[in-house]
Amino acid sequence: MTFTEAAKTLLWRQSLDKVFFGVICFFSFLSVLPLVLILGYLLVKGVSALNWQFFCRVPQPLGEIGGGIANALLGSLILLAVAFLLAVPLGLLVGIYLAENKKNWLADCARLSVEILQSVPSIVIGLVVYTWLVLPLKTFSALAGGAALALMMLPVSVRSTEETLRLIPLELKEAALALGVPYYRTILRVIVPSGLSGIVTGVLLSLARVAGETAPLLFTAFGNPFLSLALFRPIESLPHLIFYYATSPYAEWHRLAWGASFVLVVGVLFLNLTAKFLTRRWRVRF
Amino acid sequence: MSILAIQNLYVSFLENTVVKNVSMDIEEKKVTAIMGPSGCGKTTVLRSVNRMHELSAHASVTGKVLLRGEDLYALDAILVRRRIGMVFQRPNPFPTMSIYDNVVAGYLLNGLRLGKPELDNLVEESLSSAALWDEVKDSLRRRGAFLSGGQQQRLCIARALAMRPEILLLDEPTSALDPKATASIEELLVQLKKTVTILLVTHNIAQASRVSDFTAFMYLGELVEFGASAKMFTAPQDKRTEEYLTGKFG
Ligand SMILES: Nc1ncnc2c1ncn2[C@@H]1O[C@H](COP(=O)(O)OP(=O)(O)OP(=O)(O)O)[C@@H](O)[C@H]1O
Ligand SMILES: [Mg+2]
Repeated sequence: MTFTEAAKTLLWRQSLDKVFFGVICFFSFLSVLPLVLILGYLLVKGVSALNWQFFCRVPQPLGEIGGGIANALLGSLILLAVAFLLAVPLGLLVGIYLAENKKNWLADCARLSVEILQSVPSIVIGLVVYTWLVLPLKTFSALAGGAALALMMLPVSVRSTEETLRLIPLELKEAALALGVPYYRTILRVIVPSGLSGIVTGVLLSLARVAGETAPLLFTAFGNPFLSLALFRPIESLPHLIFYYATSPYAEWHRLAWGASFVLVVGVLFLNLTAKFLTRRWRVRF
Repeated sequence: MSILAIQNLYVSFLENTVVKNVSMDIEEKKVTAIMGPSGCGKTTVLRSVNRMHELSAHASVTGKVLLRGEDLYALDAILVRRRIGMVFQRPNPFPTMSIYDNVVAGYLLNGLRLGKPELDNLVEESLSSAALWDEVKDSLRRRGAFLSGGQQQRLCIARALAMRPEILLLDEPTSALDPKATASIEELLVQLKKTVTILLVTHNIAQASRVSDFTAFMYLGELVEFGASAKMFTAPQDKRTEEYLTGKFG
């Protein structure tokens, strides 16, 4: 190969580099687009519905203008709180067990079940909770809705706990044990605090994940046009309200659905960003 | 009487016996060094003294370890570990705790309640013993993980000392440190033996000769030679010891 030929192929490669770089940039930009469009659309359609009535009032009877989504807002919070209380302690304990016992039959079983549970369709989870809780209690309830969401949260919180705790150096555990600290205190007071940012992040992300679930709530929490705090009564939720109102023929209800969608997305975004912030802020250096 | 007696100790991991028939008597308030080539079982011997092997399911320990004549393995493991402190090869301060809390971690984590003045005293005393007080006395509330490697190791020594152990086990405490930090830790060991019995694992022959009163030489899981350091370093009895000391292997 002569010198000029070599220079030519070099030039050719450099321009190929540039084309390649341009292509990956373009597609990265494309991946941002859907989120931007969704947020933009929600902003346009949703913000106009927002006012104090929207947050503080329950839906008005058909034909009356005004009304809000207080019932759904409060309902979603209650459902998430119930799911949190059911799933997080359990997920934490199972996650600790899995991180501590890498290989034995119980750990393998638990790990596999959690993985499979994660891929069970949400509608099926709803159906199962329906037969377990709704039928025996003879009523749709916040408890049943929360339980369905908890089943969906559980795998995420188990796995994020396990993965976080696994990254914690063994030396740390040995340091505590060598001071004569009993095993359970070592786990609860040294290992878990060292992994707190990862665990909390996992929990927040799983909350964000289930906050928008509708299918498992259809026949568990059901829905409720009135403000309700009771655990054993049907309760409204944001995604259910959106589903119900958006499929109705009334413009006034469509407006509420858009507003509710906006609120839901902002809430989920907030959870996600908080999780990101906490990971950075609370990260422990070893 | 010796404070610690290791008698016919065997340790194996699964089928692999890595410590074979080791017996030694450790004198009170002296520094005893264990040296030998990498993988010969030094750490394993050390960890059988505070029963750390119980943490791994596939380790088995036979033989006896007596602490002041009492069988260590018949006592409660937690109480044994409070009486026998350990400093690890790699500094491992608790990353979520301040320097202050790290020093008294043995009390905090065990739920042993002490008054504030008592804790303050303990912190100052332990950090001074570990030759770290002057460097950190103005930043006791900062996290321990922000210290340099050598400072972290001294913090770990202070943490072990705060429990007022009868025996301090040190596993190559200076292997991750620069010469200056190493020198300060060696000085520290010589000071510490006034109050506590020290069992030190080291790779460093010069270090063993500088700080130890007794030296054990291990090779392939066996205890080859054990005796007064002055004697071993000038007139080793076993051919393998001599070869190791003259740098022929290891
Ligand atoms: N937890 C364990 N599981 C299985 N084998 C182990 C374990 N700990 C140590 N061993 C084995 O035991 C042998 C002795 O290890 P040990 O850590 O006691 O050596 P050492 O003398 O401290 O070496 P070094 O100077 O490199 O630290 C090695 O062959 C090692 O592979
Ligand atoms: Mg070692």
